[in-house]
Amino acid sequence: MSTNVVLTIVVGALFAAGVYLILERSLTRVLVGILLIGNGVNILFLVASGPAGKAPLLGSNAADEISDPLPQALVLTAIVITLGVSAFVLAMAYRSWQLNQHDDVQDDVEDALIRRLAEMDEASASYDRSAGGTLDEEGSDVPDVTSSQPDGSGDRGTS
Amino acid sequence: MINALLPLPVVLPLLGAGLAFALGRSARAQRIVSLVVLTITAVVACILLVHTHASGPLAMHVGGWPAEIGISLVADRLSALMLLVSLIVALCVLVYSLGQGVGEYGRETPLSVFHPTFLVLVAGVSNAFLSGDLFNLYVGFEVLLVASYVLLTLGGTGARIRAGTVYVIVSLVSSIIFLAAIALVYAATGTVNLAQLSERLGDLPTAVGLALQLMLLIAFAIKAAIFPLSAWLPDSYPTAPAPVTAVFAGLLTKVGIYAIIRLQTLLFPGSPLTELLMWVALLTMIIGILGAIAQSDIKRMLSFTLISHIGYMVFGIALATDAGLSAAIFYVAHHITIQTTLFLVAGLIDQVGGSTALDQLGSLARRAPILAILFFVPAMNLAGIPPFSGFLGKLGLIQAGVDDGSWLAYLLVAGGVAASLLTLYAMAKVWNRAFWQPRATDDAPLPLESRAAGGALRDVTDLHGKPARMQTARPDLKVSLSRVVRLAMAAPAAALVLFSTALTLVAGPLFALTDDAARDLRERTPYIEAVLGDAGDE
Repeated sequence: MSTNVVLTIVVGALFAAGVYLILERSLTRVLVGILLIGNGVNILFLVASGPAGKAPLLGSNAADEISDPLPQALVLTAIVITLGVSAFVLAMAYRSWQLNQHDDVQDDVEDALIRRLAEMDEASASYDRSAGGTLDEEGSDVPDVTSSQPDGSGDRGTS
Repeated sequence: MINALLPLPVVLPLLGAGLAFALGRSARAQRIVSLVVLTITAVVACILLVHTHASGPLAMHVGGWPAEIGISLVADRLSALMLLVSLIVALCVLVYSLGQGVGEYGRETPLSVFHPTFLVLVAGVSNAFLSGDLFNLYVGFEVLLVASYVLLTLGGTGARIRAGTVYVIVSLVSSIIFLAAIALVYAATGTVNLAQLSERLGDLPTAVGLALQLMLLIAFAIKAAIFPLSAWLPDSYPTAPAPVTAVFAGLLTKVGIYAIIRLQTLLFPGSPLTELLMWVALLTMIIGILGAIAQSDIKRMLSFTLISHIGYMVFGIALATDAGLSAAIFYVAHHITIQTTLFLVAGLIDQVGGSTALDQLGSLARRAPILAILFFVPAMNLAGIPPFSGFLGKLGLIQAGVDDGSWLAYLLVAGGVAASLLTLYAMAKVWNRAFWQPRATDDAPLPLESRAAGGALRDVTDLHGKPARMQTARPDLKVSLSRVVRLAMAAPAAALVLFSTALTLVAGPLFALTDDAARDLRERTPYIEAVLGDAGDE
């Protein structure tokens, strides 16, 4: 099977650009990256289907001249799925903007809490004090998680 | 024709979802539709299991297209068993959410969306289990993932959007890797039918086969939350409503495990990656459970034990012997039930105690003795205390590991025992802190009925995105929780506890079933013959 080198290079370029964008913090850029890789995969299917032939309509074209119809069906399904998912991600990015005035991907709040406790060399809040722990004012030792979030994250947005 | 039953577990929930959407204005009609549909589907799954166990795998070619062109649906012992357990669990979770839904209101609880989405999720899970086609497996994954996106971000509060963002991006990346792998598989072999692939993949050059296997394995491992790829799970699961977390924990990761079982047995038998899988299983068990010990919130702790126990299943798969696979399948069936039960009980604890943070809970055993029993039995089951099914599953895995005899298998056996003991430690910590000790933070009376107002689809965080544990209970939300509601929530949880305990009673027949399933998987021919028939080799 001969492969189309130009298409293969396009696939590589789309994947590279997409991966770069997915590593961004902004959700809309991540979405663009995912769309780019999605299109890269679709072209990869075209590469996989071999050299282009005539339209795959039995009856009007001979069976050995037509291009492989199965990858086209698969690509069609993949495009529909990508469409639905990107609509959802856009809605989510908008909602995030409504709530926080930005659509950045945020860190795990509880993780940040435990990390700070570790930095302060304190026991976790589940540590059993009666079994010999040294924390006296456990509640006051726990830092306020919200202070680790970006500014404005506590606001309700424009609504 | 019994084959005609095969598409029903996919089609019925989808039709039900459409109907439930159309009936969005009537909550009662939606509930009836969901209940009836799931019950019928569970009955169908039961028939499929009985039939495949008696007379071998069933296959159906949708639309009458031959296997090479069209989509095949296949049920063998493994998929029928997975399907039945999943549907029983989904049904219990639905009843639980109905019970919780009685006492709730407000815009955080769009129940009209919950029911259709839940049914779509079930359809996706069924499709993934029954698919005999790599691309259809992808579609099944996408259906269940999109439904899970909606369920996870239900209500669109700050915390859920934050957790949902991470979840959605990780899932999308894994889907893209899966899709690219399918394209490459098609380029290499010219088919996406699993049965045909199993015949053709062996002829590929070793390097090409290994690359394809690794890509598929990474895609499935992200979904199954296996250690280096598991960080998304404890971040995203705990913020969702209790029934949603419960069904995610039970079903979604197990679909990934199911896909890995198929990959390792049907597509790449005798794969060179078993040693890698062993190491990954060990790391998943140990690091997952260490994460659980560090947590102070019950839901997050359960999420980490979920990751840890995925390691046991991977261990069984990596052994790639009849005994190992059989124990792994048994463990999957056990773990689906037990993890769902524990998350449902965590939801009950949240209702009764007003929080799932350990430093806000206390003396629950005195105030809610039945709840204490409901927690204790599945917790001990998870840790693998002798009479329960968790012990039997772990015992099977350890026996399979010892039979294997290599030093790596012995290391994994040791790791498994250690992880089991640490699970016991984590569960005992919850048991002591939440149920026996007086509440740590203040000596005010416990907010018995508070926070009930949010109900089933309430967030653990308030509207400003601060975790609830950082706040004092809001007295304005005190709404009395009627006995009916609590009973309706406790009954399905109790039913699941009974079901998971019953797994112990039927462990003999169940192990016989999983032994047969494992043998089928290793032989491969029953599956391939069922799909391709006599014209197997073209």
